[in-house]
Amino acid sequence: MKCTLAVLVENRPGVLTHISGLISRRAFNIESIAASRTEEVNTTRITIDVEVDDELELEQVVNQLSKLIDVIKIVNLTHVDSIQRELALIKVKASNTNRSDLVDIVEIFRARIVDVNRETVVIELTGEQSKIDALCEVLVDFGIIEIVRTGKIAVSRGPVAAKEL
Amino acid sequence: MKMLGAEAVIECLKQENVDVVFGYPGGCVLTLYDALYKADFPHILTRHEQGAVHAADGYARASGKVGVCIATSGPGGTNLVTGIATAYMDSIPLVAITGQVGVPYIGKDAFQEADICGITTPITKHNYLVKKVQDLPRVMKEAFHIARTGRPGPVVVDISKDVFNAMFEFEYPKTVQMRGYSPTFAGNSADVEAVVAALQLAEKPLLFVGGGVCLSDTADSFREFVELTGYPVISSLMGLGSLPSSHPQSLGMVGMHGTYGANMATMECDLLLGIGVRFDDRVTSLVKDFAPRAKIIHFDIDPAEVNKNVRTDLKVVADLRWSLPLLCKLATATREPNEWQSQVAPWLAQCQQWNRENPLPSAVASERVAPHSVIEKVRTLLADDAVIVTDVGQHQMWTAQYYDFVKPRSLLTSGGLGTMGYGLPAAMGAQIAQPDKTVVLFSGDGSIMMNCQELATVADNGLPITIIVLNNQVLGMVNQWQRMFYGKRYSHSSTHGGTDFVKLAEAMGVTGMRAATLEELDSVLQQALTTEGPVLVEVMVPATADVLPMVPPGGRLDQMVLGG
Ligand SMILES: Cc1ncc(C[n+]2csc(CCOP(=O)(O)OP(=O)(O)O)c2C)c(N)n1
Repeated sequence: MKCTLAVLVENRPGVLTHISGLISRRAFNIESIAASRTEEVNTTRITIDVEVDDELELEQVVNQLSKLIDVIKIVNLTHVDSIQRELALIKVKASNTNRSDLVDIVEIFRARIVDVNRETVVIELTGEQSKIDALCEVLVDFGIIEIVRTGKIAVSRGPVAAKEL
Repeated sequence: MKMLGAEAVIECLKQENVDVVFGYPGGCVLTLYDALYKADFPHILTRHEQGAVHAADGYARASGKVGVCIATSGPGGTNLVTGIATAYMDSIPLVAITGQVGVPYIGKDAFQEADICGITTPITKHNYLVKKVQDLPRVMKEAFHIARTGRPGPVVVDISKDVFNAMFEFEYPKTVQMRGYSPTFAGNSADVEAVVAALQLAEKPLLFVGGGVCLSDTADSFREFVELTGYPVISSLMGLGSLPSSHPQSLGMVGMHGTYGANMATMECDLLLGIGVRFDDRVTSLVKDFAPRAKIIHFDIDPAEVNKNVRTDLKVVADLRWSLPLLCKLATATREPNEWQSQVAPWLAQCQQWNRENPLPSAVASERVAPHSVIEKVRTLLADDAVIVTDVGQHQMWTAQYYDFVKPRSLLTSGGLGTMGYGLPAAMGAQIAQPDKTVVLFSGDGSIMMNCQELATVADNGLPITIIVLNNQVLGMVNQWQRMFYGKRYSHSSTHGGTDFVKLAEAMGVTGMRAATLEELDSVLQQALTTEGPVLVEVMVPATADVLPMVPPGGRLDQMVLGG
């Protein structure tokens, strides 16, 4: 099963390597990992999607991560009502003949074209991972040149911050 | 006070009550060594950095204090790796101080540069790279705090050469503040109550003791509980010494080379209470067949140990210094001792019967010296508080099986990593920690070679260690596996007896002795233990002896190959 963890860590060099290293060393599989600073300058928030067999294995991931000195808090967002997003930039082949089809598709997905030239366009899309997957699937017919995705980030609904959960 | 970074390191060591460091100098730590010289700080120069880290580890295991070692950057640091991993696997408190190249050179593949933090991340509890001298006091304070609290472990402090050379205003912090680190001490007392309730229902309970009891110095509480309840006890390798091996309720070591009684009891028990153990695979063998009838309860300080290897039904996550006294208190309040004991008396008798039926193999009468009889003989010559150190191999398992350990911290051995070459430097560290105790090392002809350069350190410092090399002229444990599981194809497991260990000892300044027959053994051992200063005794033993019983890899605990 896929789980989403929000991991609050000290904003120090090397901490992302510690986290990802520990997860892979213990033979758990990272699906996605995204990190950045937060509202507190000395805190970094890492959102991790990890594939585990069952609840017990998830408990192990959380407990092992908790042992890292730089980890301040781990919140399991898997079963929390939360908003999950990812940003993707997709470069697609586009010619005079099919560009208008492309524009239609971009509209349907509420994506944006952020760059155009004679042969290609770059499409920006923010949304749940499944939505980005769906767009990518449709764009295959046009010819995808490259895809860049940020990895998932997540925040719980309601007034409470993860650090207080 | 204004001082150099190097001087500040020594100030920190003093504040942490460190009374000796083990190390080896080099370019990036020369300023630190200069400061050690000026401060006349006690330092043991080993002959290899691996010797320094194992010595610090032996010192920590024997004393309960944090062991400290120093190495220079690059090759000095990488030479520490095996020792750091050894300490990590056995949860030994250690601070390793390494030099790092100057700040402008970091990351440039400078001379003698290695990314020690990167290399040691998987084998340390935590590590630091210090690039600013202002951070030094805080980092040192945190390093010692992390090493010794909670589940102990090794911490690396990698210090840039520039930091040693920098002047600054030194002030040692009084407290540590780390948002991400607050180790458990007290647990949830309702958990302990639930355990006591479960114990009352058990017909065939079994206590499984591990190294955590030795590390937390709770052997007294543990024994109180053992004697209150009358429960039989099995031990991991690291747990030996928590309860005297000769105690009537002790069934001995469990696992691959466990006793018949300990392994059978594990298969038959209906409740298994693990205390400060981590259910290593040398113990459990195939996890799905481990203690198949039992409800499993786990006491551990590290939440990540629970449900890691074995699924548990009840857990108590807390320091044993908190949970064991509470367990005793609640159990005492619940029932009278005779009530506890009478409920399990038939079960205890059954367990003891198993060990009587199939005792450990004893020596057959012969000219040659049976290796395990050397261990039994040495035991009769030593006091209960002697410190026994081992290397890794058959001699290690025989020591675990045949030596009657009475006190915690009386067996120092590399349990988790199984590091050959651990023994000699660890024995040095132990002797320095416990100058008044007798320290005896059991080693093999393979293992002793792995750090034999430390004989020079032993001689240099006049450490009165007795080193017993059981020379079977083979890598015995490898040989045994090849005999049992690889059709006697003895691929590269012979040392060919080409080394004269007596001469080796003498070349390094250690008294050398040899015993080849039973008669010689008695007198040589007597003489060795009364000779002043360090002694190495080479005992010639046959190559074909096996460590038994043995659970073949992947087998069930009740599928032992028995001996005798
Ligand atoms: C550093 C290291 N390398 C290899 C091994 C694998 N190993 C385990 S036991 C053993 C043989 C040990 O031989 P010896 O020290 O002579 O002891 P004996 O088994 O003969 O008592 C070996 C090679 C190890 N444990 N550690």
